This record gives sequence, C-alpha cells and structure tokens, in this order.
Amino acid sequence: MTTTGQAHAVLGHPVRRKEDIRFIQGRGRYLDDIVLPRMAYLALVRSPHAHARIRSIRTDAAKAIPGVLAVITGEDLEELGLAWMPTLAGDKQMVLAVGKVLFQYQEVAAVVGETREAAVDGAQAVEVDYDPLPVVVDPFRALEPDAPVLREDREQKTNHIWHWEVGDREATEEALRRSDVVIRERIRFQRVHPAPLEPCGCIADFDRITGRLTLYVTSQAPHAYRTLLALVTKLPEHMIRVISPDIGGGFGNKVAVYPGYVCAVVASMMLGRPVKWVETRTENLTSTSFARDYHMMVELGATREGKVTALRVKTIADHGAFDASANPSRFPAGLFSICTGSYDFPVAFAEVDAVYTNKAPGGISYRCSFRVTEASYLIERAMDILADELGMDPAELRRRNFIPPEKFPYRSALGWTYDSGNYIAALDRALALIGYEELRREQEERRRRGELMGIGISSYTEIVGAGPSHTFDIAGLKMFDSCEIRVHPTGKILARFGTRHQGQGHETTYAQIVAHELGVSVEDVLVEEGDTDTAPYGLGTYASRSTPTAGAAAAMCARRIREKARKIAAHLLEAAEEDIVWEEGRFIVRGVPGKSVTFPQVAFAAYTNPPPGMEPGLEAVYYYDPPNLTFPFGTYVCVVDIDKGTGQVKVRRFVGVDDCGTVINPMIVEGQIHGGLTEGFAIAFMQEIAYDENGNCLSSNFTEYLIPTAVETPRWELDRTVTPSPHHPLGAKGVGESANVGSPAAFVNAVVDALSHLGVRHIDMPITPWKIWKILREHGITE
Amino acid sequence: MPARKGKRTTGAPRVPTRKAAEAVRPAARQRIRVTVNGRPYEAEVEARTLLVYFIRDTLGLTGTHVGCDTTTCGACTVLLNGEAVKSCTVFAVQADGAEIMTVEGLAKDGELHPLQKAFWEHHGLQCGFCTPGMLMAAYAFLKENPRPSEEEIRIAISGNLCRCTGYMNIVKAIQHAAQEMAAR
Repeated sequence: MTTTGQAHAVLGHPVRRKEDIRFIQGRGRYLDDIVLPRMAYLALVRSPHAHARIRSIRTDAAKAIPGVLAVITGEDLEELGLAWMPTLAGDKQMVLAVGKVLFQYQEVAAVVGETREAAVDGAQAVEVDYDPLPVVVDPFRALEPDAPVLREDREQKTNHIWHWEVGDREATEEALRRSDVVIRERIRFQRVHPAPLEPCGCIADFDRITGRLTLYVTSQAPHAYRTLLALVTKLPEHMIRVISPDIGGGFGNKVAVYPGYVCAVVASMMLGRPVKWVETRTENLTSTSFARDYHMMVELGATREGKVTALRVKTIADHGAFDASANPSRFPAGLFSICTGSYDFPVAFAEVDAVYTNKAPGGISYRCSFRVTEASYLIERAMDILADELGMDPAELRRRNFIPPEKFPYRSALGWTYDSGNYIAALDRALALIGYEELRREQEERRRRGELMGIGISSYTEIVGAGPSHTFDIAGLKMFDSCEIRVHPTGKILARFGTRHQGQGHETTYAQIVAHELGVSVEDVLVEEGDTDTAPYGLGTYASRSTPTAGAAAAMCARRIREKARKIAAHLLEAAEEDIVWEEGRFIVRGVPGKSVTFPQVAFAAYTNPPPGMEPGLEAVYYYDPPNLTFPFGTYVCVVDIDKGTGQVKVRRFVGVDDCGTVINPMIVEGQIHGGLTEGFAIAFMQEIAYDENGNCLSSNFTEYLIPTAVETPRWELDRTVTPSPHHPLGAKGVGESANVGSPAAFVNAVVDALSHLGVRHIDMPITPWKIWKILREHGITE
Repeated sequence: MPARKGKRTTGAPRVPTRKAAEAVRPAARQRIRVTVNGRPYEAEVEARTLLVYFIRDTLGLTGTHVGCDTTTCGACTVLLNGEAVKSCTVFAVQADGAEIMTVEGLAKDGELHPLQKAFWEHHGLQCGFCTPGMLMAAYAFLKENPRPSEEEIRIAISGNLCRCTGYMNIVKAIQHAAQEMAAR
C-alpha cells in the first residue's frame, strides 16, 4: 500500500506518463486501427473546381466496378433531408454538393466498397459534369457590390455573413484623435491548418436489429457529437454511442463534424454494415477546418512618452464557402476581444466582418482558445510598430503599459476580468535569461558591420478555459466539464471525464489530481475518456479548457468523495466527524496522532462496513461550471540572424517564460510549450494554405504545406513564473496553446527588428526566404 | 557498408525492381513470403497493395501508421532487411522474401528496448502517432551510428515529422538511449 509521503509528492511532479506504455509499443488504438466484422470502406468524390454548377453526376460506371456496394450523391441525401447539415456557427454546410460546388475539393459523392481499394476505384469512376462559375478568392473582392453572390441558398444576396463589434466606438475614435501618436498597419494572419499527424476519420456502425448507432470517430468532443448527431439524424440520443479512440493529434481540427462522417452514417444505415471513412492527407488539408485567415487593420494611439491611449481594430474574416467556425454561440469572432493583451488600455474598439469566398470552410481555433492567436499576434505586432514609431525600446514600451500586478482582478476595456497576472516578472525573467542588454549592444555592432540581427519580444496574455455557463455555450450546451470517480473496495480508482485528450497527457495529469486529493498513488488511478456510454457529459478538449474545467472537476469530485470518506473514517475510528482531520493523505483523530486510517481502508469499509444508515459504496460525479476563464501569460524573446545572400532567417535563440498558474506536471507543461512553439515557428516561417486566383488550393500535401523537421526546429529555452488562478481549485490555468498563441509575434518582431533600420515596419507571415530576399533587394542590399 | 551518419529515412527500398516487360496489373494478385518481427508469414496481396497496408490490414500490426500519403511524415517507418524505409512507398510485393521489423518487434520478452524506455522517460511523445516510425528510424540510425552527435540525430530523424513535441525531447531520448545501449 502506498505511503502517504509518496502520495503527497504527486502534484507538481514530473510523473512519467501513464498512456505512453501503449504508444511506445505500437499498441495505441487509433481510429484506423479499429476493424469491425463485415466493415465496408467509404471514399469521397471531390470537386476539381472552386465554383461550378453541377450539370450531371453519372454513377453507373462506378457501380459496375467489382466490390462497389453503393454510390451516394447529394440528391440521395436530399431525400433523407441530409444534403445540408448545420454548422456550429449557425450556418449550414453541404454534406454532398447539390446543384453547385463552392470550393475545390468539396465533397460531391460518396462511394462505398468492400475494400479501401474498391471504394477508391469506384470514386474515380464517378463522372461529374461541371459548368465553371466565376471564382472569388479575395474577401475584399467578395464584398464589392458587383461580386458574384456565392451562396445562392441564402436569403441575403450578399457574401457578407455577419458583423460583430465590441467596445466603445465613439470614445475610441475620440481617444485616437487626441493621441500624440497613432500607428496604423494592415496585418494579415494567413490561413493555416492544424494538420494533426493522424487525419480525420470514422467508423459508423448502425445495428439494424437494435436500432443503435455506434460512431467511432476522431473527435475532440464526443458528447457534443452525440447530441448534434441526435439533432441532425433524428435518432434518439440514447441510441447513439460515440467512441473517440486514441487521437493522433487534434489542435482544433477534430472539433467540427465533417461531411465524411455523415456519409458514413448514412451508408451504414443503408447497408446495415459498419462503414469506415479515413481521409487522406490531401483531403485533410484541403477540406477540413482551416484556421485564422484574418485581415486586420489596427490603429494604436499613445502619448509621446509611450503610454497607450486607445486601440481600434477592423477585421475582415475570410470564412470560405460555409461559416463552419467552432466558437461559443455568443462569440462569432471567438475571444478576439482579448486583443488589448497585457496592456492597460483605457478604451478600445474591435469589429469583425465575416465573408464568404470560394475556399474550404472553417475558421476554427487551431491550438488556440477561439481567435486568441489572431488577437495576441495583432497587439504584440502593434506594440512593436509603436515602439519603432516612438523610437523606444520595445521591452521598455511594454513595461510602461503592462497591467500592474496590483490591479488584478483587472477589468479590460473590452469587458474581460483577468484573474491574475504578473507581467513584469515574466518579462524581466525572460530578458535576464537571454541577456537582453548585451544582445542589443551586439546588434548595434553587427549593424555597423552591415549584418542583420534582430530581437523580438512577445508578452502575450491568453484567455482560456471556456467557460462560465452565464456566458459560454456551444449550440446551447453550457461549457462546463465533468468528472466521475468510482472508488473500488480495494481503494483503486476509476475516474472518467467529459474531455478527450489528443496527446495532452490527461491520463496522467488527471490521475495526479485525483491521487493528490485522495492520498493514493498515481498508479492507483485509471483515467478514462472518450466513450459517451460511460463518461459523464462534457464539452471536450480544445481551447486549453481541460485543466481549467475537467481538471477542476477532478479536484472537486475527489473532495466530494473525501467528504463521504471522512464520515466513514469517523465511524471506523469511533470519533465524531468534526474531530476527523485529513492530513498527508490520512484521516486522523484530532489530537490523537496514532489514531488514523488511510484512504484505501476507508474505501474497503464503504463496501464492507459502512456506518449504519449510510448509503454503501464510494462514488461521485461533479459537473464543474467555472466561475471565470483563466488568463495564462508569459514573455517570449527570440533572436534571429538573417543571411543577406539567401534571405534565410536563422533563429539563434528563443527564451520562453510562461505562467500557467499552479503546475500539475512540469514535464507535460514543458512538452506542451515545446510543441506550441514549434507550431508557432512553422506558422511564422513556412505555413500557409494558399489559393491561386482560380481557387486552386496550392497547399494540398506536406510537400507544399510544410511541417518543420528536427533540423529546422530551434532549441527552446524555457522557464516559468507561477501566479496561481484565484478561482481554480488548484490554482491552475490552461497551457496547451500558450506557446502557439504567443510565439508568432516574437518571431516576426525579431525579423522586423533586424530590418527596422531599413524602414521595414511589418512583414506578413509566412516569412519565407523569398520574401526577405525581395525586401533586401528592394533596399539595395546584396551579399 | 560504410556508416552514413545522419541519413534521412526515405521510401526507396533496396529490393530488385521488375523489368517493364514483367509489369503486372494493379489489382493482380501475387503470393508473398515475409518474416515480420521474426515470424514467417505467407499471404496473397494485390500488386498495388502498399507494404504499410499489408502490415496493418493483413497482418493486423497496427503500430505502423499512415500520416501523409506523400512519403513525407515517416509515421509508417519500418525496417526492411535492416534498413529504415517508409512503408507507404513500398509495394508489399517488393518485400517478398524480406525480413521486416516493426515497432511491435522492439520489446523483447516483455522488456522494453532502451529507445522505448528513453522516449517514455524523457517525454519523447505526446499523441503517440509519430512514435512508432520515430522509434524505428532511431533504431536503424543507432545501429549505423551508435555514438551520434545531437546534430546527427536531428538529421537522421528529419524524415519523420512530429506535430506535438518540437523534437527536443525526442532528440534527448535518442541521446540517452544511445548511451544506455553503448553501456551494455
């Protein structure tokens, strides 16, 4: 039996991950690893055109191919009322094209075969006649009055989807007018894709005899899928079971429901057989949820002394053919209103206009809590531009404008209540670690020698852990999360959650929380997620919400268990309940140190010797509704050297100081930051889902949409400060996305800093060698 | 064979190729014999069946993953006659007569391989999807270069993409495994 000493060394320790034992031996169970008896395979026919009318679809040749079981078109789905499906953003999306296609690679038909190969052969044999239509890829062009209206299904004959605004328009206008200095810049956050290494997929298994549908699916939010499926298919919700197996990375890509899933469900119901659909990498990059694609115009006012006075942002959001973004209902532009960042703005105003274009649908949050990455990038870029305008050191400008530690909880100009923060401490730590003063001296010297070196700072503030039910819901579902704990008679524990990890280490982190609260060892706690038949209802894992919501639920649920255990302990120790104290993982009679019982002893008694009149057993469930979001923060400092001959940027050093409050497992937290920084690096320097003027996707596989390898990826130097969240039961904040949110600005700021003496003020991402090379040549700089 | 330090895993296997005159139709079936993780198998496959699908679907060894379809990501890396290859770019028929090793063959008699232990110890994985390919690439590499530098490790695994870890802990794990293996 575990000693209490070990049990209490659990929280905050780098406990080796429990889930790894299967992954390192090839025994993970990912979607495509699952094979069911009589399983058929589905492949999709996709549009080669970005905008075209469908004249005809001929399926005879496909049906004649040996092994092809069925061909499904939009017309077939129309008869079932499933040709369109609702999106989480309140729009609707074609499952299979009816009448026309609106983006290249749009789903046009589904072919089911006995084998993978038969399905693909069948898909290639489906003949579709298209009449090409004028293509709109530029969101600004889409808003022009003479632009073709893409969505003919809508009543509104415009490509404008919605307008959203927050803040005080007039006061901001006034403050900007009165400011000594106002900088203006058009900043684009390019379209990118989460591209988890495992593509999306599902197996729909409809049992005609029982009428029950089991959907195995790569889902970050299995319960939400179940409810949405019930609403869309009209199947009773208890007759649907969603199982989300091991997931090979999500990053937001596995939040939305995709047409392939609906097709597989329909095919399974038609055939009475399980039907598997797994997308190819090309299908993943070209048709599933993209992220960002924000065109932002920022205006930032300040006094000559460098005190910020006002922030105004006007954004055009390119949503592609359907608004399939996944945001809390009241926030069509997500939490973009965190764009005042770490700074004490007296007034601000932000507005976003969403637009349809002939591109893939989406607008999801890629490793980001709902448009927070765009907001953080915007303000951190704008602060550097302001520093440049004022001729002030960017670190000093930040220092002068940080929300001071004593002002927390802090109410921002755009309405958020920041829970806790100490921004100066993180900045100072990061500057000290990198040797900022020395680097600035070195930069001066190098400049004199004609060398290009830059230092970039980003002092980000995030808003994660959605969210309190008074403000946050998705499709009406409040954004709580849950934990159920079952304590077995021998004191071993099964804990289940409404979240679903995709590599974040929940099986370990949650076990640490439960073990910490109940005085047992981590080995004694088994964590399960992902099966809607067994897990308590929850909204899933994205937006860095798992530790703030389900992690809190774990602590609260364990405390609920402990309260019952205390009563049992009193019974065992023959003492009054109020005399029982919980100390170092034991129940002790106050003042009688020798008289104690361990948690496993109490668990055994719950089943073998419960107090008279008490309900036997030891189980609890807790639905945690967070009182506020959590606001992680930190400072990143990046040093780059630029090769004048090639335009190649080399990241020489990168220091990250993050503060996510109480750390539950420092090894996992560090791993999350390594990963987030690497994705931020990729976005800054190599990634864009690009289209040509005809709407052809130019980033349709990993040879065009680049993923950094071990060779390009910089070495990250990390440290942290700890400012606990005052409202989380453990003081923890979310951390999985901080680095991806905060780092792009650090990279870009460093590159622009290296070129600022040439008058360069901004460069849009991705910063490729070609872009730099052109800038250098424009300024007459050659090797 | 001279040690080639830091070679990227590619899809090109060292197997004889058929002459054009002997070309077969994609769906034509052919019988192959392979040894996988020391165990002999015999099966009939379509000429177009990729080695990775043969390993996954026919043999049921699902530790080897498919992540990209373009020989870029390396999640499908296995050893073919001792050499790391991307099994999504090898036809199963090309492996006829070959010795194959997959991630399932790394641990021996319930004892984890030092690479597996090191990945676990140093948090060299998160979602786990790239891990089998990464382990196999590292395994083949350490056989060629048992005392690699950090830079050599980075080059050696640059044919294997990871979206979660940022590689630092993977590199650290391979360094530690190399030390552990050298000490044996």
